[in-house]
Amino acid sequence: MTSNEKKQLMATACKVRMGVIEGTHGAKAGHPGGSLSAAEAFTYLYFKEMNIDPKNPKWADRDRFVLSKGHTAPGLYAVLANRGFFPVEDLPTLRHIDSYLQGHPNMNMVPGVDMSTGSLGQGISAAAGMALAAKHQGKTNRVYTLLGDGEIQEGQVWEAMMFAAHYNLDNFCAIIDNNGLQIDGKVADVMSPYPIDEKLKAFGFEVAVVDGHDFEQLEAAFAKARATKGKPFGIIMQTTKGKGVSYMENQAGWHGKAPNDEEYAIAMAELKAQLAEVEAM
Amino acid sequence: MADVKKIATRDSYGNALAELAAEHDDLIVFDADLAGATKTGIFKKAFPERHFNCGIAEGNMIAVAAGAATAGLVPFASSFAMFAAGRAFEQIRNSIGYPQLNVKIGATHGGISVGEDGASHQCCEDFALMRSIPGMVVMSPSDDVEARAAVKAAYEHNGPVYLRFGRLAVPVFHDEANFKFEIGKGEVIQDGTDVAIIANGLLVAEAIEAGKILAEAGISARIINMATIKPLDEELVLKAAKECGKIITCEEHNIIGGLGEAVCSCVAEKCPVPVRRIGVNDEFGHSGPAVALLKQFGLSADHIVEVAKEFCGK
Repeated sequence: MTSNEKKQLMATACKVRMGVIEGTHGAKAGHPGGSLSAAEAFTYLYFKEMNIDPKNPKWADRDRFVLSKGHTAPGLYAVLANRGFFPVEDLPTLRHIDSYLQGHPNMNMVPGVDMSTGSLGQGISAAAGMALAAKHQGKTNRVYTLLGDGEIQEGQVWEAMMFAAHYNLDNFCAIIDNNGLQIDGKVADVMSPYPIDEKLKAFGFEVAVVDGHDFEQLEAAFAKARATKGKPFGIIMQTTKGKGVSYMENQAGWHGKAPNDEEYAIAMAELKAQLAEVEAM
Repeated sequence: MADVKKIATRDSYGNALAELAAEHDDLIVFDADLAGATKTGIFKKAFPERHFNCGIAEGNMIAVAAGAATAGLVPFASSFAMFAAGRAFEQIRNSIGYPQLNVKIGATHGGISVGEDGASHQCCEDFALMRSIPGMVVMSPSDDVEARAAVKAAYEHNGPVYLRFGRLAVPVFHDEANFKFEIGKGEVIQDGTDVAIIANGLLVAEAIEAGKILAEAGISARIINMATIKPLDEELVLKAAKECGKIITCEEHNIIGGLGEAVCSCVAEKCPVPVRRIGVNDEFGHSGPAVALLKQFGLSADHIVEVAKEFCGK
């Protein structure tokens, strides 16, 4: 990755974070914490990794992305809007009555959303089904899915992992956003999923553990995923929940709470400063 | 009906899948370690590369099928009714129903005629669960001819479909050469004016038998086969309500939430007439030979006759 590419991605991640704040503030609800922790992953996938066409969102041979942790829709919507699937100006209509930006992703309403999700543990199965279908149809497209570290407490996640390994879905990549927090507190305290990497390996995955806010590490992991044959790939991203907004960082309370007007102004000021800093690099 | 050919509708399911797949490359089948029992094994033998075992993991199977449907395939996801409609209800609701994906759920071993396995495996709640999902088509065909036609109709229908099949071999009474099946259309098997008996699944054969006995007793019963529970053929129900004035519903399902309640809702709003619901009376089944259980739970021609006679004051 060139330094200019990295700078562009970092700037885009700032814009995605702003979109998350615009959305949740406009909605007066929603899930900023896990949307912000995955901002680099969203950005890398939609601006570098995936073979997609915003002008033709239903293109049959596109790569697929399933947001298994569907509650972080504000992050997905922000990256889709910034990538040109729909206007950025629509983000504040999140969760409004009659808006197409539902509280959780709806594939029939939002251009670019490949699967309706929201009930944890199901998106990864649907993604595995897409990967199986691609193989069955002799296609070369890849399927990515993003899970929360709390979400993997759902037993179905491990059914899906077994399935992906059993059918040698090397076109399948599961990304786990290990921000360490869920609604009721630390994942380690609520119901520890650790060690996540060892569990994935035991389920037949090739695994990379990365800093989820570092684009170079993300690039290396996704390249390794593409190069891996005969096995599905898991990327465990160590992240900071609420990343980029000082008062949200590492606070479980910001899992599912919207910023008020004052908090909105602080968050946007911080993110604008971060963007200016990146642009000055 | 001792001399009539008997076939379990689960066999019809497996055979119909194999027949359909020969014509349609996009048809694939998922099963959850029950291919021998659901009879998708028949399909697997003919098309092994299109049969995917998901192991004993029904929730994953349903959502995997949903994902495969987004890629343009037409998946039939198969398990016992208890574990498809029951265990995987929420996956069906959120990953198939809500996104309106083109997945067919082939659920065998519905009702108490599962027999010896007992209550844990005797699903009498599936119609209720599946009916409550917006856009879901719910069918319970009555014999081999209708079951195979229903599988083909489900394939042709674009959207989620729940198909219930039985374990027990049941009489084949439809004449295939003259049989036409349409989703959402009931079938008047015998006309009558005193009472309408609306049945589905294996209760249709029992209702036909009951109709013959009632005729001898001077009661003219209209026998209706209502294979599609949702969308309900309201026109046919209302016609029966107007012309017969009394309705008996028969199903191998809890009297709560199934065909009986669908018919009651329809007539209560549009043409109120008295209704008697024959089904499992809000209780669990138990182990025993299927035929003995059906008799014990009142899911038999004799019981239908008894209810009809009381209902008609004879």
